[in-house]
Amino acid sequence: MSSTEVLAPEQQPQPVKKSEQLDSVVIRFCGDSGDGMQLVGTQFTNVSAAFGNDVSTLPDFPAEIRAPVGTLAGVSGFQLHFSSHDIFTPGDEVDTLVAMNPAALKTNLGDLRRGGTLIVNEDEFEKSNLQKAGYDGNPLESSDVISKYHVHRVPMTRLTRDAVAGLGLGQKDADRCRNFFALGLVYWLYDRDRKPTEDYITDKFKKKPEILEANLRALRGGVNYGFSTEAFTTHYQVPRARLAPGKYRKITGNEATAWGLVTAAKLAGKNLYYGGYPITPASDILHELSEMKNFGVKTFQAEDEIAAMASVCGAAFAGNIAVTASSGPGICLKGEAMGLGFMTELPMIIVDVQRGGPSTGLPTKTEQSDLLLAMFGRNGDSPLPILAACSPGDCFSLVQEAVRIAVEFMTPVIFLTDGYIANGAEPWRVPKFADLKPIHVEHPAGRAAGHFGAEGNGNGEGNGESEFLPYKRNEKMARPWAIPGTPGLEHRIGGLEKADITGNVDYSPANHHKMVMNRVNKVAGIANYIPLQEVEGPQTGKLLVISWGGTFGAVRTAVQNCVEQGKSVAHAHLRYMNPFPRNLGEIIKRYDKVLIPELNTGQLRLLVRAKFLVDAQGLNKIQGKPFVVHEIMTKIDELLESK
Amino acid sequence: MSTDSINTSLPVLTAKDFASDQEIRWCPRCGDYSILAQMKKVLPTLGIPREKFVFVSGIGCSSRFPYYMNTYGFHSIHGRAPAIASGVKISRPDLQVWVITGDGDALSIGGNHLMHMLRRNMGLKMILFNNQIYGLTKGQYSPTSPVGSRTKSTPVGSVDNPVTPLCYAIGSEATFVARSVDVDIKHLTTVLEKAAHHEGTAFVEVYQDCNIFNHDAFLYASDKTVKADNVVYLEHGKPLVFGKEVKKGIRLNGMHPEIVELGKGITEDDLLFHDEKATEPSLAFLLSRMRHPEFPEPMGVFRDVPAPIYDKRVTEQIEAETKRKGEGDFDALFNRRHLAGRVEQVRLFSLHPPN
Repeated sequence: MSSTEVLAPEQQPQPVKKSEQLDSVVIRFCGDSGDGMQLVGTQFTNVSAAFGNDVSTLPDFPAEIRAPVGTLAGVSGFQLHFSSHDIFTPGDEVDTLVAMNPAALKTNLGDLRRGGTLIVNEDEFEKSNLQKAGYDGNPLESSDVISKYHVHRVPMTRLTRDAVAGLGLGQKDADRCRNFFALGLVYWLYDRDRKPTEDYITDKFKKKPEILEANLRALRGGVNYGFSTEAFTTHYQVPRARLAPGKYRKITGNEATAWGLVTAAKLAGKNLYYGGYPITPASDILHELSEMKNFGVKTFQAEDEIAAMASVCGAAFAGNIAVTASSGPGICLKGEAMGLGFMTELPMIIVDVQRGGPSTGLPTKTEQSDLLLAMFGRNGDSPLPILAACSPGDCFSLVQEAVRIAVEFMTPVIFLTDGYIANGAEPWRVPKFADLKPIHVEHPAGRAAGHFGAEGNGNGEGNGESEFLPYKRNEKMARPWAIPGTPGLEHRIGGLEKADITGNVDYSPANHHKMVMNRVNKVAGIANYIPLQEVEGPQTGKLLVISWGGTFGAVRTAVQNCVEQGKSVAHAHLRYMNPFPRNLGEIIKRYDKVLIPELNTGQLRLLVRAKFLVDAQGLNKIQGKPFVVHEIMTKIDELLESK
Repeated sequence: MSTDSINTSLPVLTAKDFASDQEIRWCPRCGDYSILAQMKKVLPTLGIPREKFVFVSGIGCSSRFPYYMNTYGFHSIHGRAPAIASGVKISRPDLQVWVITGDGDALSIGGNHLMHMLRRNMGLKMILFNNQIYGLTKGQYSPTSPVGSRTKSTPVGSVDNPVTPLCYAIGSEATFVARSVDVDIKHLTTVLEKAAHHEGTAFVEVYQDCNIFNHDAFLYASDKTVKADNVVYLEHGKPLVFGKEVKKGIRLNGMHPEIVELGKGITEDDLLFHDEKATEPSLAFLLSRMRHPEFPEPMGVFRDVPAPIYDKRVTEQIEAETKRKGEGDFDALFNRRHLAGRVEQVRLFSLHPPN
């Protein structure tokens, strides 16, 4: 070891430092997209979750894999909120901002609260980087910045190079350790355990001992810098959160969706078939499932979105729990085959991880603008059930509910999440598989089981057995799911209109009317088999706030805050988007006003106004970013104050 | 047929067992009738239970085919039949899946899916009914219509360079490629049988007469009085000979085929010998480029080679992974991140509220 080896803090002389306790903290790491900000953000999240804080994260990265170094376009950020109480959002304002270069400072400083802590890698604040970020002078020297924030100018590049000196690393490799230096410093600041990250580094770089050692040294260097430098006088502790008892782990929305799907298939006694095509931000579902072959999962990376969806129709016909996932542009391409799935009344799941649109839009940013696409994005009268998850962990259970509806009602079901939920993480209470509710699937048994009777469905051969009737419906209006390989149930399905009961091709006017209504009424009737809508807050009052999807956390927090202030406001969060819970109209009538905050121009508002003839007001944000709590509180106040 | 289970205790099936009760609505004398009839003849010979057959089709006249077969059937959407059939076959390799398509369905709107179905080499059997016209939409030119075709959408003649289906199939590395003619009953039956027995993707082009919008487009290959001079029947290991008197043959001149008269110093040994088992597709491709009227058009099996089969390999991977990792344990999954290839660390923790 060289002379620059860093001693562990406990081996060093102890400077006197204050320790303060905080309730919750929002940190954002930002830097170039090659600076490893997502990695250190994830590490901080894991460590905080493992410690026992409630956590909520917001990764924010550019669509380009490596935009030019040092530019505004290339800035990647990771925000996390950790707390000693229940939290639902990654936080409105940033308490501590770590900026690795001028571009990162420029694009993120606006979110740092006044009086917040700003930690910058001052080595990067040289002329060319300042120019690339569009700064005339050095912002670290501007009185505006110095007076507003606690600025810590840390020469991270130099300190990291010093820390790894003697390991024979090139400058480029040495500089790639700077993110761990920054992480170490923030670990010290918030009194985090660095051991899990050391274990991570040890595992990840076990084949590259020099890199392993360098990253460990950088991490410890950061910790020691905070410990020993006089610039940092205080460090902070955020105690464990009091969550419901149980075992928790960190989970992202895409992980929870993938696991929920495999779980649902198992609960239904079926195999999972996944046909997909890579697309941001849904690809992680494909990645996750492709590693689960030992759960019987078959993944098919199709040639395009159309083929992925079409293959799902085929796999559903063949008797699988068939699933695809995509985002807006892909869902557009899938529309035709989704219509086929609806027409042939086969069970399947279409996951739409929404992102900023229209067209290619904002691939890595979140939005809620596919609700109307999900509702109406097919030709003909073709309503599909739609469910929308409200948080990363919610994806796990709600996607199982989607599978239940699909197989019970023989219909494709759309499952909506968004980029924010998909990539965001939260603690998730680990379930026991044995406690999960089985999903009932029925296939007519065919000739081998001697299953034909007066009730049903024979082999159509006219030798005394009743004919198999593929469009004879049960009490839920679902048709039978007879799968290939079953003797005696050979039948044909397709996109052409089918005769009621028999399923033969039929273009007659009365039959078409009847079949359209059968399909529409079947989906509408699902309302009788889903939970009633719940309301949080007063059961009557001045204002009802209705939200759906990933805005849950911000809206719930905003309404809770307002209720605590004694305001007459309640919150209804929808997870069933089509059909709506059957008591929703009655709930809406109990309030003077309705507010619907959405990350779109008012898509749910359009549906609620049309369905319930209520003059619902909107709060609409279309910036590729989730709501912050105070935006919603301000709107609530505005509506409560106005006549 | 090693991909499909053979049940010897099956009742003996006949063509009639494969006929559905639906009225057939193709135009009178349409070439489709013959293809349907030969298919119903071939299936009972395969030793596969009827419930194990699935017919998947796209859109077009030919795509109504599944409605007339008393098997499982899926009449789907335009061009997508290969993708739908792929979903069936990947998830259920035990089924014998046939894809019924036409020149517009397979080569125009579904061209992309066709390429990928062929290159993946799943155990799918495709019959492409080529009539060089859009029949169901009443007579527009198709991607196989010759340049200059006068149709409803090309009143002064088409300017599109047509695609040759077999060139496309061979270029996409199809492992079984064959051609036949709708009314050539015996030949068509043999070709369908061979396709059924091929383990990977089988691609069969059938010249099919649309007697309403493009009647006699293939008269040169179907009319008994002329076809002997216009087609050459491929037989594995045999020289390419043709003509009424069987006195003409195909000889290779460098990279180019040429027509030669037998006799006058030229014997069968000088001719091109067909090798459907050739690993390299060059010969098959050369044959697929021989077009009427410059050459007699080859009929029969161009290529029939073994290659790894997609759906089998998917199943093998699942078996291997299950053996390696053990059958998926959900509680272990929820509690511990143990997926190979990932180094992301997720630590478990217990949260009990402090008392």
